[in-house]
Amino acid sequence: MQVTLTVNGEQMSADVEPRVLLVHFIRDHLGLTGTHWGCDTSNCGACVVSMDGVPVKSCTVLAAMADGRTIETVEGMETADGLHPIQKGFMECHGLQCGFCTPGMMITSKWLLENNSQPSEHDIREAISGQLCRCTGYDNIVKSIQWAAEHPTEGTYPESAGEPAGVQAESAESVNS
Amino acid sequence: MQTPATFGYERATSVAHALGLLESLGEEARLVAGGHSLLPMMKLRIARPEHLIDINDLADELGYVRIEGDELRIGAMTRHADLLSSALAGEHYRILHDAERVIADPVVRNRGTIGGSIGQADPSEDLSAVFSATKAHIVVTSSSGDRLVPAREMHLGPYETACGPAEMITEIRIPIRPGGGSSYQKVERRAGDWSVAAAGACIWLDGDTISDVGIGLTSVGAAHFCAVEAENALMGQPATEENFAAAGALAAQHCSPNTDQRGPADYKRHLAGELTTRALRIAVARSRGEEA
Repeated sequence: MQVTLTVNGEQMSADVEPRVLLVHFIRDHLGLTGTHWGCDTSNCGACVVSMDGVPVKSCTVLAAMADGRTIETVEGMETADGLHPIQKGFMECHGLQCGFCTPGMMITSKWLLENNSQPSEHDIREAISGQLCRCTGYDNIVKSIQWAAEHPTEGTYPESAGEPAGVQAESAESVNS
Repeated sequence: MQTPATFGYERATSVAHALGLLESLGEEARLVAGGHSLLPMMKLRIARPEHLIDINDLADELGYVRIEGDELRIGAMTRHADLLSSALAGEHYRILHDAERVIADPVVRNRGTIGGSIGQADPSEDLSAVFSATKAHIVVTSSSGDRLVPAREMHLGPYETACGPAEMITEIRIPIRPGGGSSYQKVERRAGDWSVAAAGACIWLDGDTISDVGIGLTSVGAAHFCAVEAENALMGQPATEENFAAAGALAAQHCSPNTDQRGPADYKRHLAGELTTRALRIAVARSRGEEA
């Protein structure tokens, strides 16, 4: 069947079997590999994407069920103005280690801040409670989200970093200190 | 990689359309709402429906929490997140919010539905105990109309309900009476997990005397997710700690938990008793307007 989604503002389409899961549709058919495929049992949250503005676990949604709906993946967070404040928060506060859980964490925390611009630490931990960081870096993930809540308009590249791909450890440290 | 077996996919645009598809596609067709119970079973090939009928487009028609007459009515397509955020639900039955807070996690609750949870009939499902405690009725709809099934008669066994092949769950109705209090108490191994055991209680007092009570249990093999012997023992009795403890002991005695990866049977039986006692204690405090 033909499945057509609006992904990160762009209409995308592919012909797939009804049994194809949304996570595989996004990764294998649309080539957007920022969304990760983890436990396959709706436990780990690595596959979280936003569907019609709400985070869902894309390993437990059929691509067919998403036909006609609007999807946002981690690739859609950055704009022409630069990184999303959540992304910048993860850079500033060392919110990722291996990075596997990061796309899902960022999609869920973006939704959290859209609905609760001043979340408590408890609110943040509750919001990401369905997502696992196997590096166990939860404290810095929470700090990253708090940073984003405190800097809602700072959606730019770190000043000291220059290019987004060229962020260096010492510049991140100097921002933290 | 877990992938479901092949199936045909249809999308329903109304309740009547969904029922028509169920009739024309036959007994091997299944409705899929949030899909967070059915799709994992399909991925494990425990379930292999020939056709899936997607009813997510019915979210507007069947997604609501409202009062009609003296009943709280919850549409079957109401997402867990929406029941949890419904002030109306919490105002009348704190047990609904207690339970929703510990069902899976926020992202799963964005997708999973109330009707889907009931239809799945998992023996560890939380809302089955809640609707048993609240003595709710389930509206089951077919092309010949609606029928009301008491929540305590909905489950015929694990993963089996009174909902027939060409029928669908459309609404849950909970009677509202003033002066009650309710609570849900659950023990799980980790955040978002199925319960090791859980108990829910709804109680109404006439002064200090218990005038009505409902007790729901899950994960412990309680028939119809309820503790009838404990309820009967409490009726007409004073709301005291001794009576709550005695009711807990009866609930524990009359359930039949299994030993599995969530714990040994005797531990679960202990939990059934203790959680029943706690749920009663908190429900009574709430009925008296005390913070609990």
